Amino acid sequence: MSAPAPDVAVVAYARDVHPGGTGAPEPALVHRVVTAVLEQAGTDRSEVGFTVSGSLDYLAGAPFSFVGALDALGAWPPISESHVEMDAAWALYEAWLRLRHGDDDGGGGGIALAYGFGKATQGSLPDILARTLDPYYLAPLGLDAEDLAALQARAVIDAGRAGEAELARIAERAGPPETGGRVPPLPLRPGHTALPADGAAAVLLATGPAATRIARARGVRPVWIRGLEHRIDVHSPAARDLSRCASAEQAAAAAGVDEGPVHVAELHARHPHEEVLLRAALGLGEGTGVNPSGGPMAADPVMATGLIRIGEAARRVAAGGADRAVAHAAQGPCLQHNLVAVLEAGPDPEEGGPR
Amino acid sequence: MPTDPEPTGPAPTGPEPAAPGPADPEPLIGTHGVAFPGGYTRSTGPVIGRFLTELRDGRLVGVRTASGRVLVPPTEYDPLDGSPVTGDHPGVGPAGTVQTWCWVAEPRPRHPFDRPFAWAAVLLDGADTAMLHALDMGEAAGAEPPRALRAGLRVRPRLRPEAERTGAVTDIACFRPEVTEVRDTGRLDYTVRADPALARYLDAQTEGRILGSRARSGAVYVPPREVDPADGTPVTEEVELPPTGTLTTFSVNHVPDPRAPEVPFVTGYVRLDGADVDLLALVSGVDPARVRPGMRVRAEWLPPEERSRTRPSIRWFVPDPPPDPLREPAPEQEER
Repeated sequence: MSAPAPDVAVVAYARDVHPGGTGAPEPALVHRVVTAVLEQAGTDRSEVGFTVSGSLDYLAGAPFSFVGALDALGAWPPISESHVEMDAAWALYEAWLRLRHGDDDGGGGGIALAYGFGKATQGSLPDILARTLDPYYLAPLGLDAEDLAALQARAVIDAGRAGEAELARIAERAGPPETGGRVPPLPLRPGHTALPADGAAAVLLATGPAATRIARARGVRPVWIRGLEHRIDVHSPAARDLSRCASAEQAAAAAGVDEGPVHVAELHARHPHEEVLLRAALGLGEGTGVNPSGGPMAADPVMATGLIRIGEAARRVAAGGADRAVAHAAQGPCLQHNLVAVLEAGPDPEEGGPR
Repeated sequence: MPTDPEPTGPAPTGPEPAAPGPADPEPLIGTHGVAFPGGYTRSTGPVIGRFLTELRDGRLVGVRTASGRVLVPPTEYDPLDGSPVTGDHPGVGPAGTVQTWCWVAEPRPRHPFDRPFAWAAVLLDGADTAMLHALDMGEAAGAEPPRALRAGLRVRPRLRPEAERTGAVTDIACFRPEVTEVRDTGRLDYTVRADPALARYLDAQTEGRILGSRARSGAVYVPPREVDPADGTPVTEEVELPPTGTLTTFSVNHVPDPRAPEVPFVTGYVRLDGADVDLLALVSGVDPARVRPGMRVRAEWLPPEERSRTRPSIRWFVPDPPPDPLREPAPEQEER
C-alpha cells in the first residue's frame, strides 16, 4: 500500500493588480508576484519542484502568450512546468495534485508554485469570454458574457432568491459603481459587473515539513488545504436551472465545507446575484464574512481572480483573522465551473492541535 | 469568530504589493485584431447537422436521450450522464415558453438588433431543455423591459425567409411573443351643441361664477338643468353657488388623461356648499395618498386668458385650507 498523500499548505501569496490597466508587460507582472512569494517564503527558484500557470491567450489576442511569461521565472535549465488555459485557481489545483502524488521534480522538497496573470483591459472582455461559448448554438447569436450573467440574475430574482435591493447592497459593498458608460442588460444595473483589470497573482504551496518550516520562519500559522474540489455543470446555460448552482453545491460538499465553521469566504462573484447563489450553494450563514478583500467586484484581474480568492482567504488564516476559511473560483458562463477550497490553520506539530 | 476587513498581526503572505517598476515612459499604444482568414470551419456531426438541416427547411427538431428526454438544441450526448443519444429526432415547437430573460437596452455592435431587445431561454413545446435566443418585443420597446416580458411568456420563432436560410442557428432570426391581443385604434369624432342650461353654466364659469338651478322641491342641482330629474317638473330658478365644497368620494387614476397628463391623478365628487348633487372634478394640490372623503376643497380657476366657453373653467379643486404637511392623515372635515 502506498504512503498516504501528504498534507499541502499555502505558504505564500502575492498579487499585483492594476484596475485601470498598466503598460507593464505580462512577464513583468508575473516577475513581481513570483519574486514576492519566494521572498516571503525565504526560498528561491531552485527549490520550486513544480511550476504551473493559468492564463487566457485571448486576453492578449496572441497565441501561446503564456509561454512568454516564463521569461519571468528563470526557466533555464528547464524546469518542470505546466499551464492551464483556465483561471489560475485551477493551476493551483494541478500543483496541489502533483504535491499530493509526490510528482514534483524538486528532489522531494515539496514546494510548488502556481501563478496566474492577464491584461483584461486590452480587449472587449464580454466578447472575449463569448469565444468560449458553443460555436454552433450560442456564439452565432452574438450573445456575450454580460448578457448571460443578466439572464442568470433574472432567474435568481424570479426564483425569489434575492431582491433587487439586496443585489444593490452587495454591489455597493464593492464600492461606487463604475459603469464603463453603458447601460448593462437588465436586471443588471450600472456597477453590478466587475470591471476587468490587469494583474497577476502567485501562491506558493508546500507539503508538511517544508510548510511547517516556512511558516515558523515567518512567525505565522501554516494554512492547510483540507479540501480542494471542482465540479462543472452542463455547457448550455439554458439547459440547467440558473436559479441555483449545482456544481458549486457538489464541489462544496466534496471539499467538506460543512464539516466546520466558516469564518471567512472569498467568493469569485463577478456580479451581486452570483454572491447570493454561491452563499446558498456553499451553505454560508450570517457568521461568515464574505469577500473581506472586496472580492472580484472591487478588482477583477481575469485569470488571476480565482487564485487571489485562495490567497486572500489563506492570508487571513495565516495571520490569525480566521481559523477556517473557504475560497471559491469560477469560470464559464453563468458560474458553470466551480472550485472550492477549504483552508484551516494548524495543527503545528510543535504547538499542538488546531486552535 | 468575527472577521475583520483586514487581518491584524503579521501579514505573511501579501499582498505586499511588489515594488512598482520604473515609471512608464510616454505610452506607446498599438492595436491588433485576431481572426481566422475566411472564417473557421467546423464539422457539425450527425446530430447538430440534422438540427441545422431541418432548421434550414423551416422545421425544429430535438433529439431523444436514452432516458427519454428531448434535448433542444440537440447534442450527441446526454449532458447529464454523457451517454449517446438515440437516433430519434422528434419535432418540437414551434411555440415555446420563456424560462428566464434579460433586457438589453443598449445593444452592442455584435448584437442582432440595434434597438432594445431581450435574450431569453425558451423551452420549446415538447423539449426538456431550453434554447437561448434573441426575443424581439417590438420596435416600441424602450429602456425598460415591456411588462409582458416575464418568465412564462409564450413565444414563437421568426424564421428568416427560406432563400436566406443557410443552416445556422441564426436561421431563426429571433423569437417573438405569441399573438394574444389586437388593438382597436378606431376613433369617432363628434360635434356637440350645448343645451341652453349648459351654455349658461360654461359662460358663467368664464366669469368665475358657478351656476346651479333650484327645483320645485327645493333641491339645488349643479350643473343647472331645465327640469328636475326627480319629478320631471321645470326648475324654478337659477342660483349661484360658492366655489367651495366637500369631497364625498374619489378615485386615483393611473391612466393619463388629456386634462391630467401626469399620473397618478385624482378625480372626485365635490358637493358644493348649498348644492344637493355632486360635481365631478379633478382634485389636485394634495398627495393622492392623503386624499380623504370629507376633505374641504376649493375650486381653482384657470387664468382668465385660458378660459373658454367650450369647457369648464375650473382647472380642479384643491384642499381648503391647503394641507398641513405636519398633520397625518389629511385633515378631516369639520362640518358636513
